Amino acid sequence: MIEARQLTKTFRDKKRGEIRAVDGVSFRCSPGRIYGLLGANGAGKTTTLRMLATLIEPTSGTAVVAGYDVVREPEKVRCSVGFLSTATALYARLSALEMVQYFGRLYGLSEETLRRRIDEIFARLEMNEFRDRRCDRLSTGMKQKTSIARTLVHDPPVMIFDEPTSGLDVMTSRTIIAFIRECRERGKTVIFSTHVMSEAEKLCDHIAIIHGGRLLEEGTVADLRARHGPGDLEDIFVRVVDGLGGPGVAVSRSAESGSADRGPAENQS
Amino acid sequence: MSLRNIGTVYRKEMIDSLRDRRTLISMVVIPVLLMPLMTIGIGAVSLRLLRRAQKETPRVMILGGSNSPRVLRSLAGLPAMQFAPASRDYERQISNKELRAAVRIPDGFDHAIEKGEPARVDILYYEGEIMSEIAAGRLESFFKDLRQRTVEERLTARNLSANLIRPFEVARENVAPAAKAGAAAFAGLIPYLVILLCLTGAMYPAMDLTAGEKERGTMETILTSPVSRTHLVLGKFLTVLTASIATAALAVASMGISARYAKYLLGDVPPEATAQFHMVIDPKAVAAVFAMVLPIAVLFSAVLLAISVFAKSYKEAQSYISPLMIVVILPAVASILPGVELNMRLALIPILNTSLVSKEIVSGTYHWNYIALIFGSSCFYAALALFAAVELFQREDVLFRS
Repeated sequence: MIEARQLTKTFRDKKRGEIRAVDGVSFRCSPGRIYGLLGANGAGKTTTLRMLATLIEPTSGTAVVAGYDVVREPEKVRCSVGFLSTATALYARLSALEMVQYFGRLYGLSEETLRRRIDEIFARLEMNEFRDRRCDRLSTGMKQKTSIARTLVHDPPVMIFDEPTSGLDVMTSRTIIAFIRECRERGKTVIFSTHVMSEAEKLCDHIAIIHGGRLLEEGTVADLRARHGPGDLEDIFVRVVDGLGGPGVAVSRSAESGSADRGPAENQS
Repeated sequence: MSLRNIGTVYRKEMIDSLRDRRTLISMVVIPVLLMPLMTIGIGAVSLRLLRRAQKETPRVMILGGSNSPRVLRSLAGLPAMQFAPASRDYERQISNKELRAAVRIPDGFDHAIEKGEPARVDILYYEGEIMSEIAAGRLESFFKDLRQRTVEERLTARNLSANLIRPFEVARENVAPAAKAGAAAFAGLIPYLVILLCLTGAMYPAMDLTAGEKERGTMETILTSPVSRTHLVLGKFLTVLTASIATAALAVASMGISARYAKYLLGDVPPEATAQFHMVIDPKAVAAVFAMVLPIAVLFSAVLLAISVFAKSYKEAQSYISPLMIVVILPAVASILPGVELNMRLALIPILNTSLVSKEIVSGTYHWNYIALIFGSSCFYAALALFAAVELFQREDVLFRS
């Protein structure tokens, strides 16, 4: 379970002054459901997810993740979360096995539990063939599997995916999408950000449209259609954002297009 | 849990660093190859120069003195000296090293000596040029002997004892054992190298484990794990410190081994050079130098980590760290300059203080009050730097700077 309460993040930029990357965002994600954060590049998706994963601290507001407060108990939150994005790379000089072992140990697993978990995950993801190969010698697909194994090793109840398919080919994207669905089937709370409308429509039980750091609309695809008229998710998204009177936003149907939403968090000087 | 996490990070970072070619080259290859090359190479070159200088018959020129046949005859009798015909461009010839020295004898020199009138002989040479110094030295001692003989003759002519103007003798004698005298020459170099290698050994892992991680995207990955940022930076710091100390230790070990076998490789050393080539260092002194350098290694590791974590990329970290090399080299070099002696003020300047006190330790002098002060102040600077590195790791604007 994730509950964001008035999450706000501001950054100082030398040229632009204070930037509100995320502005009073509140929402709730339930176990066994996939919650999609839909927004254009720079909308504030990455910053929101980084606050939920306790990589960065909210300027105001808070969130409760798996029963722990992100401000007061960040280490407990991290123990309960699996975080995957295209920015979370692998250690090139470690093998796939060493990579997963390293994280398992940091999550405090005993050597016995770690061995069992690794055997189970590596078998399920068909990773045994390359378990001892260095990560810099793995194919993109193998790397993604290793990253998935890394997020799963401590069997977290909450999974956070930040544009996990951005820049990946169709086959690798499918592996990730299948994995996200599997997480839902296993009853995990899943939050997923994307700017690819088709992906969100296929995958998410609940969608939030985020723009300019603010959460503009929320609900199931059916709810959104009922409120904003017919059409696919892209039409609805454009109507919601245009209704705000903001500038036109670039959205994409293709998984390969666009770069990952880094948000203003990474634009500071 | 906390110590376990620091240990887990340390173990992983060590494996990772030992698989990094750049770290391996700076930590193992450079110290192991550089030290024998320096001890044996420099030793061999200076020995060759010395032997050549001793074998050469210096070419000298006599200017004037045409009406002083007696002194010219005596000069011509000097062994291992070759005389060039007088020429006006003697200065150019000395500068071009065609001529090693020249001696200007005034008009009527023989006559002036006979009559007891004042006269002056000038020796012209190339200061700092070893062959020229040797030739000038021989000419000078010839004229000093001549002066002495003249004085004695004059005293005898007046029925006076030679002791009248030489009431007593003054002689210098080296009582320091050969090992110590040799070590003194060698001493300045060791702490300087140890300090420098502590820096170079720490450089690559520090950049790789911070800016390198940011560049490769693994910083964000590790920050998603429950390890606290303090434990993470401490694990990384211990890795960098290990690399720093290992580099210096390997360098000293390889230097010790090459010094031990230097005499077999260099061949016979002329007796007057044995002190300079006696490169045996007391292992106790080396251990003491290491103890003194330890806080400096901590200081370097922490400063390099702090600077590198601020950088967005490996390249940016390199551009910040290169000027730091000069900051470190300057005080370390200052310590090998002649005349720079330890005092209370210098004892508080980091790096320079350790370099100076280590130089004394290697040559066998232990000033315990300075040692305590320097060790204490170095620990203080090291703690400050480590604190700064830990603080920087807590700042998200530094960790997510791009």
